[in-house]
Amino acid sequence: MRRSLAAACFLVALALSPTRAVLPDEVMSDPGREARARNLSRELRCMVCQNQSIDDSEAPLARDLRLLVRERIAAGDSDAQVIDFLVSRYGEFVLLKPRFERQTLLLWLVPPFLLVVGGMMLWVQARRRATMDAQAGNPPLSADEEARLAALTAGDRTADKP
Amino acid sequence: MIAEAGHYALVLALGLALIQSFVPILGARWSDPALMNVARSTALAQFLFVAGSFAALVMLHVTSDFSVLNVYENSHSLKPLIYKITGVWGNHEGSMLLWVLILALFGGLVAALGNNLPLSLRAHVLAVQAWIAGAFYLFILTTSNPFLRIPNPPIEGRDLNPVLQDIGLAVHPPMLYLGYVGFSIAFSFAIAALIEGRIDAAWARWVRPWTLMAWIFLTLGIAMGSYWAYYELGWGGWWFWDPVENASLMPWLAGTALLHSALVMEKRNALKVWTILLSILTFSLSLLGTFLVRSGVLTSVHAFASDPTRGVFILLILCVFIGGSLSLFAGRASSLKQGGLFAPISREGALVLNNLFLTTACATVFIGTLYPLALEVLTGDKISVGAPFFNLTFAPLFVPVMIAVPFGPMLAWKRGDLLGAAQRLLAAGIAAMIAIAIAWAWARGGSALAPLAIGLAIFVVVGAIVDLIERIGLFRNPLAISLRRATGLPRSAWGTAFAHAGIGIALIGIVCETTWNSEYIGTMKPDEITKLAGYELKLDGLSQRQGPNYRELLAAFTVSLDGKKLSTMTPSKRSFTTRGTSTTEAALLTRGVSQLYISLGDTSADGGITVRIYHKPLVLLIWFGPVLMAFGGVLSLSDRRLRVGAPKPARAQGRLQAAE
Repeated sequence: MRRSLAAACFLVALALSPTRAVLPDEVMSDPGREARARNLSRELRCMVCQNQSIDDSEAPLARDLRLLVRERIAAGDSDAQVIDFLVSRYGEFVLLKPRFERQTLLLWLVPPFLLVVGGMMLWVQARRRATMDAQAGNPPLSADEEARLAALTAGDRTADKP
Repeated sequence: MIAEAGHYALVLALGLALIQSFVPILGARWSDPALMNVARSTALAQFLFVAGSFAALVMLHVTSDFSVLNVYENSHSLKPLIYKITGVWGNHEGSMLLWVLILALFGGLVAALGNNLPLSLRAHVLAVQAWIAGAFYLFILTTSNPFLRIPNPPIEGRDLNPVLQDIGLAVHPPMLYLGYVGFSIAFSFAIAALIEGRIDAAWARWVRPWTLMAWIFLTLGIAMGSYWAYYELGWGGWWFWDPVENASLMPWLAGTALLHSALVMEKRNALKVWTILLSILTFSLSLLGTFLVRSGVLTSVHAFASDPTRGVFILLILCVFIGGSLSLFAGRASSLKQGGLFAPISREGALVLNNLFLTTACATVFIGTLYPLALEVLTGDKISVGAPFFNLTFAPLFVPVMIAVPFGPMLAWKRGDLLGAAQRLLAAGIAAMIAIAIAWAWARGGSALAPLAIGLAIFVVVGAIVDLIERIGLFRNPLAISLRRATGLPRSAWGTAFAHAGIGIALIGIVCETTWNSEYIGTMKPDEITKLAGYELKLDGLSQRQGPNYRELLAAFTVSLDGKKLSTMTPSKRSFTTRGTSTTEAALLTRGVSQLYISLGDTSADGGITVRIYHKPLVLLIWFGPVLMAFGGVLSLSDRRLRVGAPKPARAQGRLQAAE
């Protein structure tokens, strides 16, 4: 469960968390731009690594990409333009968070779909159970049942006596 | 000779597993106790043979017998003894042997401790265990035999991957496997229940401790792995949403849901379908994890396609077991009578909601991990699904769970009082508000989410404490009575409180580490001083050292706070000559539950060295939380009703005797 929390907090921390593989000579002089560069770096994959962002990776390619991101930012690109530029150059593979597209429809929609459908199914089930409960609980015992119950409990009582 | 003996023992274990696969089932069909009891002997013997086989491999590694391919490829005569032993499971073949060893151990335990199980149930459970074991023995013997010889033995081995030469390898994989494989017991019990078409609260009472045990090991295994990555990989990250990590997280999520469902089944005889389904899913996800990690499919789909023997074999095992068990479930689930009616607002209802969110979270991890693979196989397009995706999808699913956690134990079984629970949690709510205010003020603005997350964590922790206070009636009764009630409280209640508080504790650590850590990255020369988070770090100097099978570059730092010297830290970089690789050994200085972390980069021509220094506030809470959760699990496991043993289900016994 802690992982999930991890996730919660990663979101929180995106803006503040540290540089990792970034080397001293890469850092941009303007802290605002540097922060943007790092946020972008975290969303971009180092393509020669296994599941590492270019912010985390020490591979030379990751360094090249980090410098490229900073170059584009220095040239006045917006975040979206930088991303578009990198995708046009390296393909969708470079994005660690895939865009919402026809290809990734299932990826994005299955979790909420499961939650909604699962929730609805459980709600219907709960209602059915509640009506069952009402049906099972409400009708009074018939005279026949009362008699049988009395007979049974009487039997118990006699059996209990030493 | 030792290798051949180990090999042969494994073949014998396979033979025993084959016998155990069908003889007990025939026995149950024919109501023949003698045939059913065969399973007991074969399960115990199987364990002995697999243990013998494993011991043989350990022996080969310890004696550095390089005529065995597995030893040659993963060992070195100069390697310290501990790594010679742990190196046994630091490779594919050996780790699979450890996997089946643990499986055989659990089978043996069921056989040895299951005397109070109905005979036919035990026979079925052990038969299912033998199906799994047989499949994996066959897998090892045909595709991953660790006992193969080399015709012309080399004099020296190729050494173990240096990253694995760490105490982490001694603890992490065995723990993880105890967790993964432990869930096979729940799986076998579920399949046995479906075959027999009978399941009751007594069944849940047997399944729950096994599930709990597996869950404890898996929790500790994941936490241990995370801490290992944190100090070994050199930049202080502790969770990467790597497919391999996800492979262990999925069974954990499903297992957590299973644990709670089994509880409801035991106490209220409800949620039978959930419990059976989750038993099947949890172990299926364990198998899936084994497939993902062991088939090589993750490194590249093409690598998998070019050498598919192993991957295809595990995939086959996966399909047969998951497909088979789910079809059995589909066919038989309707025959499981729903018992234990409950209102939506009740403890059962809360746990159903918990199941829904945990399984959806699990499905999210599942689809995120497998989607890129599936897409590449189907269309050839390559996409990446990484941390940003999981953070975005996983977090929203967990916030409601966290909010609901303190409510669960406060609600009564069958029909709960949400308003009453909320009133009793008022103290926790107030504590959360105060925590948010303090965190907000302390951080002086900044991100609004971090203080909110802290508040949520405090709500969970205080909620767990409030639950205990309510139960022992503290402040309402004289202290002596409260104390007496505290000692009389079932240990499972204490376990619940500890486990739930553990989640909150971990969350605090996660928020603080990710939000307020500070770092310095730069080049330092000897006698230079760096200031970070109030600490002064002076680089005293660099030195070289020769280790048993590596050379090491050490940097010595003097750490002082307010002019007073605290300690020396010596991070290092190790170069392993045999494999030509190097590892960074970070230096950690623990202050309370916060840590200073130094790792080294490359040396520059002018005598400087690149250093990364981090101050990680409250970082240890990230792992302290899971330890607390596991401790709660242990408390729960030692609860009286589990120690004393389950009562025999009179009806089930009667039916069996009637049949005899």
